[in-house]
Amino acid sequence: MPSNSLSEAAVLAGPARRRGHRFGDILFAGIAQASGLFVLGLLGAIILLLFLGALPAFRAEGARFLVSAAWNPVTDHYGALVSVYGTLVSSVLALLLAVPLAFGVAYCLTELAPGWARRPIGTAVELLAAVPSIIYGMWGFFQLGPWVAAHVQPVLTASLGRVPGIGAVFEAEPGNSSLFVAALVLAVMVLPFIAATMRDVFLTVPVMFKESAFGLGCTKWEVMRHIVLPYTRTAVVGGIMLGLGRALGETMAVTFVIGNTNRISASLFAPGNTIASLVALEFPEADQGSLHLSALLALGFLLFVISFVVLAVSRVLLRPRGRN
Amino acid sequence: MEHAPGERIATGVPGPAPRAPAPDAAPRISVRDLDFFYGSNQALRRITIDLPDRRVTGMIGPSGCGKSTLLRVLNRMYDLYPGQRAEGEVWMDGENILSPSLDLNLLRSRVGMVFQKPTPFPMSIYENIAFGVRLHERLSRSEMAARVEWSLTRAALWDEVKDRLGSPAAGLSGGQQQRLCIARSIAVRPEVILLDEPTSALDPISTLKIEELIDELKRDFTIVIVTHNLQQAARCADQVAFFYLGELVEAGPAAQIFTAPKQRRTQEYITGRFG
Repeated sequence: MPSNSLSEAAVLAGPARRRGHRFGDILFAGIAQASGLFVLGLLGAIILLLFLGALPAFRAEGARFLVSAAWNPVTDHYGALVSVYGTLVSSVLALLLAVPLAFGVAYCLTELAPGWARRPIGTAVELLAAVPSIIYGMWGFFQLGPWVAAHVQPVLTASLGRVPGIGAVFEAEPGNSSLFVAALVLAVMVLPFIAATMRDVFLTVPVMFKESAFGLGCTKWEVMRHIVLPYTRTAVVGGIMLGLGRALGETMAVTFVIGNTNRISASLFAPGNTIASLVALEFPEADQGSLHLSALLALGFLLFVISFVVLAVSRVLLRPRGRN
Repeated sequence: MEHAPGERIATGVPGPAPRAPAPDAAPRISVRDLDFFYGSNQALRRITIDLPDRRVTGMIGPSGCGKSTLLRVLNRMYDLYPGQRAEGEVWMDGENILSPSLDLNLLRSRVGMVFQKPTPFPMSIYENIAFGVRLHERLSRSEMAARVEWSLTRAALWDEVKDRLGSPAAGLSGGQQQRLCIARSIAVRPEVILLDEPTSALDPISTLKIEELIDELKRDFTIVIVTHNLQQAARCADQVAFFYLGELVEAGPAAQIFTAPKQRRTQEYITGRFG
């Protein structure tokens, strides 16, 4: 009998429990909301501080900052052109090399490879993304750079280098460091991201669509070319932009192999620098409050804007599609 | 699409692929002792059946009894998936289509397929038709236009879409999309059309249109239709085959199957005792 009334009391104690329940709810909602706002605030603060730090350089150089190739801490003249050029060229070239390879990997993983081979290949590609960038840097510096200088550059210079018009792009340059090596290293680094995205979106194509095309007599390639690619076009481009975003901001590996020289050369085999590598190298040497430091922060701001735009575009393109 | 006249292989407006008229009920496809396996799981056992030329064969039976599986053998669709295999013989025009040396793309141009749900490709109405034709034939622009009109007309869709051939196929209604898919398969001039529950996702009016269409198409094509709807089989099919647990229980003229089935299981199924 006491137990009976006890359990009854417990049942009747509902309201009290309910208050506690609601308090937890409110607390949790508050924490979650605060976390969300904190991230937003953090992003805003980073942009703001970067901009404020960059302001002296923007003031001193004006629009010249964007178009000037000068980067001279001695005379205190700074321009972003060389590093912006290096950043864009190395990243875009990396994509040109990585995208066909990534497409091949994704095509192989979704259509060609027998079931037992898919997982190991997929895992291997994903592991490429897990290699620390310093490792890629060392590999590029000690292995890839000398190898390119010894074997790839002479061949390209002797063949494409003689073609009028584009010959200058493949002109021979001394040294193991170049935009070309940086692009190669970057290509390997962004490959897993692009390949994984492509594989995932290829898998979203409904089986019945593909079977319909096979049912008409399409080959595997025709199904890929006419059904899968058109169906996934925007998401594929989104994945490529995701890779571009990573290539733009990559610092360590590029700093190792790009030569860190402030000049623009038509040749891909010439050394250069990128925004990220320049900032990484010179930041420790720049004096507090100097124009030099401000110019580096301005470069950082530029990189931020470029990456932000690229990532925003990729987000939009990778949005899950609604109906057809 | 420009090429010398000499390169032309086919004309735009054909009948179905030219062939000698077959005597009544001569088989277009003969299945002999067919076994089918999904890995170690046997889905079809010792199937032997003739599919008569330019007739409609309806396949009925409960879900998972092998009807769709048999359909997917007839165009070797199962070949896409490792672990699925067929044993036995399937004869078509003196050729065993299970033979490993068979040209699959050619086979699939001779045996078209339409699925449960409409699957218009992400392109225009016109391109949906022209796409399949281009895989197998080189037609001039005007020949292609004639072929597209011919197949859309045969699929009873031309009048509804002739003014918007360039708009995306996804904008059509479900019933129109399914007729587009039928037009797409007849555009390559197959000999056989496989329909895998073609009306299961459609409303009654669209279903009626498709059934009328089937009746019309059997003058030129051999049709195999899988359906869960017994009335539909009774309305459309000349020959009906009843499948149960991977076996062909009984096949015969539709009237006989529905009025005087020889097997007790057929009787029980068509009277609704199970299924």
